[in-house]
Amino acid sequence: MKKIKIFTLILALITSTNAFAKDKFSICWSIYVGWMPWEYGDSSGIIKKWADKYDIEIDVVQINDYIESINQYTAGQFDACTMTNMDALTIPAASFVDSTALIVGDFSNGNDGVVLKDKTKLADIKGQQINLVELSVSHYLLARGLESVGLSERDVDVVNTADADLVAAYSTQDVTSIVTWNPLLSEIEKQPSANKVFDSSDIPGEIIDLMVVHTDTLKQNPNFGKALVGAWYEIMEDMSDKKVLTQLATASGTDLAGYKAQLASTKMFYQAKEAVEFTKNPKLATTMKYVAEFSFEHGLLGDGAPDAGFIGIQTPSTTIGNPQNIKLRFDPSFMQMAADGKL
Amino acid sequence: MKKLMNIEPSRSLKGFLAIIPFVLILMLYWTASNDRLAENPYDKLLPSFTQISAAVERMAFTEDKRSGEYLFWVDTGASLYRICIGIGISAITGLLLGMLAGLLPVFRSGFSPLITIVSLVPPMAILPILFISFGLGEFAKIMLIIIGTAPVIIRDIQSHVRQLPSEMLIKAQTLGASTWLVSIRVVLPQIMPRLISAVRLSLGTAWLFLIAAEAIAAQEGLGYRIFLVRRYMSMDVILPYVLWITTLAFAMDFSLRKLSELCFPWYHHQEAGK
Repeated sequence: MKKIKIFTLILALITSTNAFAKDKFSICWSIYVGWMPWEYGDSSGIIKKWADKYDIEIDVVQINDYIESINQYTAGQFDACTMTNMDALTIPAASFVDSTALIVGDFSNGNDGVVLKDKTKLADIKGQQINLVELSVSHYLLARGLESVGLSERDVDVVNTADADLVAAYSTQDVTSIVTWNPLLSEIEKQPSANKVFDSSDIPGEIIDLMVVHTDTLKQNPNFGKALVGAWYEIMEDMSDKKVLTQLATASGTDLAGYKAQLASTKMFYQAKEAVEFTKNPKLATTMKYVAEFSFEHGLLGDGAPDAGFIGIQTPSTTIGNPQNIKLRFDPSFMQMAADGKL
Repeated sequence: MKKLMNIEPSRSLKGFLAIIPFVLILMLYWTASNDRLAENPYDKLLPSFTQISAAVERMAFTEDKRSGEYLFWVDTGASLYRICIGIGISAITGLLLGMLAGLLPVFRSGFSPLITIVSLVPPMAILPILFISFGLGEFAKIMLIIIGTAPVIIRDIQSHVRQLPSEMLIKAQTLGASTWLVSIRVVLPQIMPRLISAVRLSLGTAWLFLIAAEAIAAQEGLGYRIFLVRRYMSMDVILPYVLWITTLAFAMDFSLRKLSELCFPWYHHQEAGK
């Protein structure tokens, strides 16, 4: 009996989050055009430099499976992780893990798109079978696209398809329409039959890429936030260097031209000032409201959620949803410090 | 004093010993889950038994808000349909081709090396090729199960046919039986229980390929649901689904064994005698 108790105790200790003040942190990231800079930050030693400055240690881990990286973060294995605004709401926040968007890195400005085979108008999508990663930002993009032409999800047939297999799926006969993101999107667009009929530049600023931190950890260790933000904007300064870009391109499995093409459809916030302005803009609250409504309609906020406002989202301009239950916070204060050169 | 290796537990003790590991696992889970939930009552990693039963209630006994269907049963139906068709076709082709290859040297020379090589190709490795040739629909999922299980069954049946005593086959021929008669009256009855046991052994593989196929592209199915809700870490749905798959697999295996014992008692006497 005693042994069992000890064993469970160990198990609980391993699996539980701890939010105490500490000096060792780990962050995770996955391959995506807007997150590749973390790779450079790690390999060039910029992150280590900033961690040393604040006398902490930061471990940077690349995770190949994007969703797995968010799940690991939610389970408490990482202190911070890269994810989109929608996934930050539906995975950690919906699990009641209080999270803060520390860095607003970029938004997708054409990186996610709806592709039709042999058809050229979005309205032609009616009645088609659409292959996409269900419940992802692709699904959100599709819902927004359908809305814009007066259709709803009832007018189409959604088939969940693993992202790794979407490119191969496109070349099969029964696939007529696909929604996906880069670099898969550009691969599919190369096919002569493919027409991109709707993409994220039609809903600019709604698919946002973030570095998300556990709120408690950030509160108790502001130095961790400072080090990350400081490192990030130093990395951003190097992003015009061709050598750096080539390194990021290789690490993401493409070449310089391919990576530049992806960057062109990404609105990167190279300056902390831009990111702060974006975060403070009231439009962010409107976007998050859309995202919360979509997530609620698809059951992503959990079963306990009676309405889309169940989980509170705090933005600098306003709070959306239940103010008693804020689980996702957009906090520009650390980026502001970077903008003011106070790091 | 009796040596440890000679102590045979009584029937009731055997049952008790069998239950212990399950109870231990449940207890371990329960304590770990309680600890995590005490920290964050909405933690999704190790849901409590109440949360799990609420999820089962929601999936199996409540209409889905969007489609008005009972998702759990829709998923079960879709997966069972795929696995039954897939394994059924595998069994029939396995029996036919296995018997042909086992019995007819001409056929065997042309066919056996091919099937040996084909059975060694890991189906998961040629998945993208399978998509392009069979599409992403129902047909592709069933094909993946067939490609995964049929070659193994063929090889198994073939080797069992070849192991039949040649005296028996010669005797049937001296009594005037044709090739057709030998295969129908001598080989088939003896090979049927082997077919059932080959199918039982390939059930595990069949489930594996079914779940893999559903994870890649699907609109319903047990594997589809698991990979879908994985996106927002709904362990309260995943755990009962895994248990259910295990139960279904066990039920299929169990009923095949009972069927075999019922139809071919001589085979099982022989097995028990060994």
